[in-house]
Amino acid sequence: MIAGWGRYPRTEGTIIEADDANTARTLIASHPSLIPRGNGRAYGDAALSHSAMLTQTRADHILAFDPENAEIEVEAGAILADLLPFLLARGFFVPVTPGTAQVTIGGMAAADVHGKNHHGAGTFGRHIRALTMLLADGSQIRCTPDHELFWATIGGMGLTGVILTIRFRLIRVAGGMIRQTAIKTGDLAETLAASESSRTATYSVAWIDCLAGGRGVVFQGEHAPETTVPPVPRARAVPCDVPPFTLNRLSIAAFNQTYYHATRAGSALVDVWRFFYPLDALHGWNRLYGKRGLVQYQCVLPHEAGEAGLRLLLDEIARQGLGSFLVVLKLCGEEGNGLLSFPRPGFSLALDFPATAAIFALFERLDAITLDHGGRLYLAKDACAGPDSLRHYQRLDQFRALRDRYDPQHRFASLLSQRLGL
Amino acid sequence: MNNTGPVLILGALSDIGVAIGRAYAGTGRKLVLLARDGEKLEREAEHLRLRYSAIVETREFDVLYSHRELLEELMPFPTTVISVVGLMGDHETSATDELAADLVFRSNFNAPALFLQACANKMAAGGVIVGISSVAGERGRASNYFYGAAKAGFTAFLSGLRGRMEARGVQVITVKPGFVKTRMLAGMKTPAPLTAGPEEVANAILAAEGKHKDVIYVRPVWRLVMTIIKSIPEGKFKKLKL
Repeated sequence: MIAGWGRYPRTEGTIIEADDANTARTLIASHPSLIPRGNGRAYGDAALSHSAMLTQTRADHILAFDPENAEIEVEAGAILADLLPFLLARGFFVPVTPGTAQVTIGGMAAADVHGKNHHGAGTFGRHIRALTMLLADGSQIRCTPDHELFWATIGGMGLTGVILTIRFRLIRVAGGMIRQTAIKTGDLAETLAASESSRTATYSVAWIDCLAGGRGVVFQGEHAPETTVPPVPRARAVPCDVPPFTLNRLSIAAFNQTYYHATRAGSALVDVWRFFYPLDALHGWNRLYGKRGLVQYQCVLPHEAGEAGLRLLLDEIARQGLGSFLVVLKLCGEEGNGLLSFPRPGFSLALDFPATAAIFALFERLDAITLDHGGRLYLAKDACAGPDSLRHYQRLDQFRALRDRYDPQHRFASLLSQRLGL
Repeated sequence: MNNTGPVLILGALSDIGVAIGRAYAGTGRKLVLLARDGEKLEREAEHLRLRYSAIVETREFDVLYSHRELLEELMPFPTTVISVVGLMGDHETSATDELAADLVFRSNFNAPALFLQACANKMAAGGVIVGISSVAGERGRASNYFYGAAKAGFTAFLSGLRGRMEARGVQVITVKPGFVKTRMLAGMKTPAPLTAGPEEVANAILAAEGKHKDVIYVRPVWRLVMTIIKSIPEGKFKKLKL
């Protein structure tokens, strides 16, 4: 059975593998329905199909590296965690990174990922110079940002074709250390204010305790002048599925309480692994949610929705009673060009829950609030929303028209695209 | 490790071969990569050059054909030679089609053995020869005895070569990796504690070189597993569905 990172839902579809363009072309021709799949880090069903899922994990090569222009070109299957030691040793870093380094670069483009610097740097797609792709008819094209298919593919969740290579810009850094500043807040209003005033920081993200009125910790980060290249940490593994009863209001409240009090306000020098990818240190942490799996709710609410909108969401969650570890609040900046890109100006909120019937019901209520306030759900996380939830993806029709033109039979389709009627 | 000469990898595009290439690329030693698909080989070589600043030479080469010319061209001659080639084949096909069975024999035994012997003839003191054999060669099983017999032959060959090269100061390492997550085992469900990643095999070889190791199992548990399997009396063993 194949699943996403959340291990819900699952499918009996088959994994097929292409290690180069020729193999990928043959597989596209021989499979009437398939979806490209990176390293399986999308939480829900974005990279799932009851037919075939095309992975390119062996197409992971660096194709070109241009330190003068700070650009690199890699195959889609390259894993970010493998690329980072190479980049750091040469004084470079990726312009945008998601919260795990266990993603493929192809996946980063397809989901148009954002990071803790979205308010300044935008999404990953903004930094991509060129893509080579295989289309439904087997033709191969190289597209730059002026090509109509480019912005349909950035954030297009694999539905426009198979990304073969990605050329993107890098940023220069002294080393792999981050100067982190932690600001502790007493309630939601304070958390939002501290997040707003973190606009000037390169990186900023807030953790909030949804069981304690939205108090939290706002983390800011800057690349430090130290030239240290930190070693890749060894991950510890979750050895087995954790039984469901361990996850309850009490344990979550206790965890949040401990996390809040254990976090020291002020400045600290931490390495990129700890700053950007703290959960990667716990290999297979998704097993903490047991066999049933987990679902993540991630939405973005426009600024106009304000604190009131966020409070409605948090109150609804608190009323449900379970709460969530590690609620992440992030200030988003300007919208990018990706037709299906998730971030828009406002606040993004992300919470993890066990995949249970009660939680699915909660998500329906949360969707109603999000949509009422002009918000969007993140397709790379979503596992259960309905077609109507795409209402505030304003460029959806443009995406659909392009997809219909380039893939009239919808050869590229996922459980997500079918569920949402993309 | 004082062996700093070139490293030759025969079968450099197999999953284990790629992992070995990347592990050695990090040591700064020159690499000589041999594989059948020249185009893919060049892509891997370019990756190693960019990613590890490695010096990499590639040769499109099929071990089933003559190696004489190739080995004469390699200057200076590699001081570490690693054979990763192998072919599982489909056992049922091998049992009914002698050409298929012959290919399994030649790919796992004749060809790599003759290749390594030719290399050994050119190697000086301090050199290292590594052969990837298999636990399958320790006892013939009903479901896999063509592959197993070829690997048994290869293991015996490496053992003998080790004895011959001892006096010349060349180390011969036999690697019996057990289950490895590779394309060879694609679709097979294997127990996680017994299954290594290709990088584990690569790191085990890197560690064994210079440590006077003769035979390594990548995961130590395999030594125990094979001791048990070998201790089963033949009368019982033939009735087991293995």
